[in-house]
Amino acid sequence: MKVGNVGAVRPAASAAVPSIPARFWQRVSFWVTLAVVALLGAVAIVSQRDTLREAMFTLLMFASLASSLNILLGYTGYVSFGHIVFFGLGGYSGFYFISKQGWSIYPSLIVGGLVASVIALLIGLSILRLRGAYFALATIGILEAARAFVANFGPFGGSTGLSINFSVYRQYGGPAQALWTSFYIMWVITFIVVIVSFYIKSSRFGLGLLSIREDEDAALVMGVNAPRWKTLAYVVSAFFPGVIGTLYFFKNGNVEPADAFRLQMSIETIVMVMLGGQGTVLGPILGAATYDRLRSYLLTSDLFKNLHLAVAGLALLLIVLFVPAGVVGWLRGRFAQLRRVLE
Amino acid sequence: MILQVQGVCKRFGGLQALTDVTFDMEEGQILGLIGPNGAGKTTLFNAVNGVYPPEVGKVVFRGQDITRWAPYKVAHLGMARTFQVVRPLNELTVRDNVIVGACYGREGHSRTAGAKVADAVLERVGLAERANQLAASLNVAQKKRLEMARALAAKPYLLLLDEVLAGLNPTEVARMLDTIRQIRAEGVTIFMIEHLMHAVMNLSDWVVVLDYGKVIAQGLPQQVSTDPHVVEAYLGDPRLAAELLAGG
Ligand SMILES: Nc1ncnc2c1ncn2[C@@H]1O[C@H](COP(=O)(O)OP(=O)(O)O)[C@@H](O)[C@H]1O
Ligand SMILES: [Mg+2]
Repeated sequence: MKVGNVGAVRPAASAAVPSIPARFWQRVSFWVTLAVVALLGAVAIVSQRDTLREAMFTLLMFASLASSLNILLGYTGYVSFGHIVFFGLGGYSGFYFISKQGWSIYPSLIVGGLVASVIALLIGLSILRLRGAYFALATIGILEAARAFVANFGPFGGSTGLSINFSVYRQYGGPAQALWTSFYIMWVITFIVVIVSFYIKSSRFGLGLLSIREDEDAALVMGVNAPRWKTLAYVVSAFFPGVIGTLYFFKNGNVEPADAFRLQMSIETIVMVMLGGQGTVLGPILGAATYDRLRSYLLTSDLFKNLHLAVAGLALLLIVLFVPAGVVGWLRGRFAQLRRVLE
Repeated sequence: MILQVQGVCKRFGGLQALTDVTFDMEEGQILGLIGPNGAGKTTLFNAVNGVYPPEVGKVVFRGQDITRWAPYKVAHLGMARTFQVVRPLNELTVRDNVIVGACYGREGHSRTAGAKVADAVLERVGLAERANQLAASLNVAQKKRLEMARALAAKPYLLLLDEVLAGLNPTEVARMLDTIRQIRAEGVTIFMIEHLMHAVMNLSDWVVVLDYGKVIAQGLPQQVSTDPHVVEAYLGDPRLAAELLAGG
């Protein structure tokens, strides 16, 4: 133990900084994130207004889509431009069981998630060999291929899609009540996504993902089974979009290819993750909330209505150029003390 | 024998980087690998730990044929290495960098147990005060220590050190040499590439000399330093040749 033998290192006997364990701060930031989600949901419940509930449903949906994408994009460092494919394919599958098989929403949600995960496993095994831009491009290709496939797939109703009879909603207390039920489920899903995202980040698995993001080749040499862990990250990050897709189409009462596989939605989710801060638990939630509010403001303006995607693209460009770490990441870098608080 | 390298060849396009490299390593020893720049030393490390699988030849580690194994599997078996060009996981803290070593190395610790291992290792390499800094913020000497810490946290049987002394000032070199001796004293076998001739000659139990991808000599340090082939190989570099002739 030669710690002390280079003069400069040690001032008067270990001046121990009164340190609160890093774990403690991680917990704090975790609870802050949960509090934000709780607040977002509570707003709608307290007001009891349908418009606000719908707005919050959308916000929570994007928050959890962003948060699950973050597991791949933020933790593992793989940019999936076509991640919405899991929302589409999982959603279609879950919706199929509701509309064609008469299942209740709850098991269908799980099936939607599982189908998305299984597909992610199969896709991941082949395209996760690609790195950087090649991977990103492959994910777009897969999104387009999935759309084309579903549009020609009989059981999913081809290009007209599937819809459910309004009588289905009777078991949930009628259509109006079903909307509230959907909202509550969305709220719960968001909590689960945040909890899973936090636990992954503080786990051994999560550390492996972070090391892959930082330097995949070095990680391999350190013993990280990168092919396995990044595939698992892909599978986990596909599960929630599958669940959310099922819920979304259940709430809408129908699903069609153009609705299920929107590249634009995929890109907006990336913007949200990057805006808030990729790799942090809180970032995607804040990013989704901010972007979603901004977007709904822009959508009411005739000028911007059609420039929707252009705005998303511009936002992405500005973030990449000026705050590549996102808002939360920027704060962490700017104020070292915050590094422990903002997890 | 902890490591046997038998007839290993590795080619990059038109360049034959390694030709029929054969040698054995005994457990508990320090084996020094020397040779002029571009001789293929780093490539040999890469061929041994699976980064660049050799086209021909065999690598046997602790009795197991590991030729063409993925690097992470080799790591699990108990072989760890440092990179000549340091590769810190920049956006992670120094502690987390080392926890990766502990969690994914030979002992495969949980994250909590890995943190304990990491703290002990950071203490011994003298980076304990820096544990909560981002790895990117370290200076070169500290990054070399971080490389060492990550490898040690893996609790390897065999440690591959690729020029860990390069770029260090004399005080730092002395400190690193101390650390290396301690590691050996704990029974870890060490395979080190080094340019500092006096360091190699002092530390090594056995020296292998590589030139243009071929083993041109091997033996005890004194034997190697007077071997005419070796002196000739170093003629391109008068300073090293002088050091070599001076007996390190
Ligand atoms: N990935 C690679 N692709 C092509 N050539 C390489 C690669 N790695 C090393 N080389 C070449 O192999 C030779 C040996 O390199 P290296 O093993 O790094 O030498 P040393 O470590 O002895 O200085 C050099 O000519 C180098 O340019
Ligand atoms: Mg080298």
